[in-house]
Amino acid sequence: MSSADLRDLYQQVIMDHNKKPRNFREMLDANHLAHGNNPLCGDALVVFVKMDGDVIEDVSFQGSGCAISMASASLMTESIKGKTLAEAEAIYQQVHKQMTSEDADPALLGKLEVLGGVREFPARVKCATLSWHTMHTAMENDHDISVTTE
Amino acid sequence: MAAFDIEAIRKDFPILDQLIYDKPLAYLDNAASSQKPVQVIEAIDHYYRKDNANVHRGVHRLSQRATDAYEASRTKVRDFINAKSDKEIVFVRGATEAINLVAQSFVRPQTKAGDEILISHMEHHANIVPWQMLCEQTGAKLRVIPMTEQGELDLTGIDDLLTEQTKILAIGQVSNALGTINPVKMLTEKAHAKNIPVLIDGAQAVPHLSVDVQDLDCDFYVFSGHKMFAPTGIGALYGKQALLEEMPPWQGGGDMILSVSFEHTQYNELPYKFEAGTPHIAGAIGLGAAIDYMQSIGVEKLAKHEHDLLDYATDKLSNMAGVRLIGTAQHKASVLSFLIEGVHPHDVGTIFDQQGVAIRTGHHCAQPVMQFFGIPATARASFAFYNTMDEVDALAAAVVKVQELFA
Ligand SMILES: Cc1ncc(COP(=O)(O)O)c(C=O)c1O
Repeated sequence: MSSADLRDLYQQVIMDHNKKPRNFREMLDANHLAHGNNPLCGDALVVFVKMDGDVIEDVSFQGSGCAISMASASLMTESIKGKTLAEAEAIYQQVHKQMTSEDADPALLGKLEVLGGVREFPARVKCATLSWHTMHTAMENDHDISVTTE
Repeated sequence: MAAFDIEAIRKDFPILDQLIYDKPLAYLDNAASSQKPVQVIEAIDHYYRKDNANVHRGVHRLSQRATDAYEASRTKVRDFINAKSDKEIVFVRGATEAINLVAQSFVRPQTKAGDEILISHMEHHANIVPWQMLCEQTGAKLRVIPMTEQGELDLTGIDDLLTEQTKILAIGQVSNALGTINPVKMLTEKAHAKNIPVLIDGAQAVPHLSVDVQDLDCDFYVFSGHKMFAPTGIGALYGKQALLEEMPPWQGGGDMILSVSFEHTQYNELPYKFEAGTPHIAGAIGLGAAIDYMQSIGVEKLAKHEHDLLDYATDKLSNMAGVRLIGTAQHKASVLSFLIEGVHPHDVGTIFDQQGVAIRTGHHCAQPVMQFFGIPATARASFAFYNTMDEVDALAAAVVKVQELFA
């Protein structure tokens, strides 16, 4: 592998979201929340969700971690905000799929395709999935719960 | 003795000669685990091809040869750290197991609620968690020698930390996260003045310094083979004979007994009392071969070369904009922990790997050290005697690469 592939991992979109994470804030009126940790590298984040019936009215996160985990969290919030639970679930499944295999649906992924760069970097897949797992857990529970990926 | 011939030495380590992503491998993760010379690999190979059998129990020829080789390694370890007797050398899985053994077999029986265990802020989790478990079991309290911004022990309050209640001082000789060499001899003297026994965690010291347990006068000394060019799964516990004699066995089983009946079991003599079950015979033989190898070059010479590497690397990185060194103690060995401004260490590790530079990123099993500096992790380069100045240059070039990518 040449270092051109580093550019696949650290694409412009990733660098941009790492530098300026979207929806990076605490949400005081969240009705779903979960903590995510990757003890191996110390990535730690909180995902806040505000559901209005079946619709994700607002989603945000806070935390610290590597560029991949920060950008992934930022992209995650951007992509599911305003979606229904079922739509968010479908996106979650596709994101998961593209990190481990090639055959994800590009139409559903859109911009999230940049996260596929981790496929060639197995040690980094956990960085990219942390916020998604955390979001998923937050949706399933209406109380604070911790997710650990390692 | 011949001059230090780095080319010849590198030929002894076949793994070093490979490309990673088309770039020459620069293996700078020696504090996590070191590479093995052919002399070690061949000793293990020879054992399995010619001598393999169980030890201490067969009258047949192979068992005799296996036993002889296993015990010869014990003598090499004794000589390597200058213990008085082979009886003082117990083979274990590694530093972690040795510390647990001392905690449970030596300290626990004499510890009660209100007693204290003294460690330092820069210990590896292996020298923290076994003591926390002991504290939970006994109601003892864990106390911690603090640290300075440079990553040196802050000894201003040491006389108050060593108390009547202190059951043991357990301290690392060299910090794996910071590289600091601690003044363990002086600390041992201070502890002994108050009749407090001392365990030294030498996991990061034995690959880099010559160690003399009689000169240090410590009561226990522990290390792992895999960080000093020997296999994983083997290490040694040194304990003063008088203390080991008094200690109950840690694990029960075969090999650690003289006689067993359902009414009474008589334990074996030292060191076998602490070696229940079939040991890692090949590992012990490999450890002996690693010691032979280090001594054939000369531990002082290895140390000198490593010191030159560390000096060169420290100088180089400390002069780079946006690089912050973590751990700037006056006396250091092998380890260079650093941060690149604005880039998480995990990203640093991935980009370095793409340049063929293998380093460790993370908390290095020393989370209290990270908490002290208020950081989640560091990038850590750690050197062995087979590393070269060129590899340090590759390290510095990788830093530039990271900075370019994240510019
Ligand atoms: C200072 C120190 N102590 C103890 C250990 C534990 O060694 P092992 O995992 O071989 O038992 C390590 C390993 O990283 C270490 O660096």
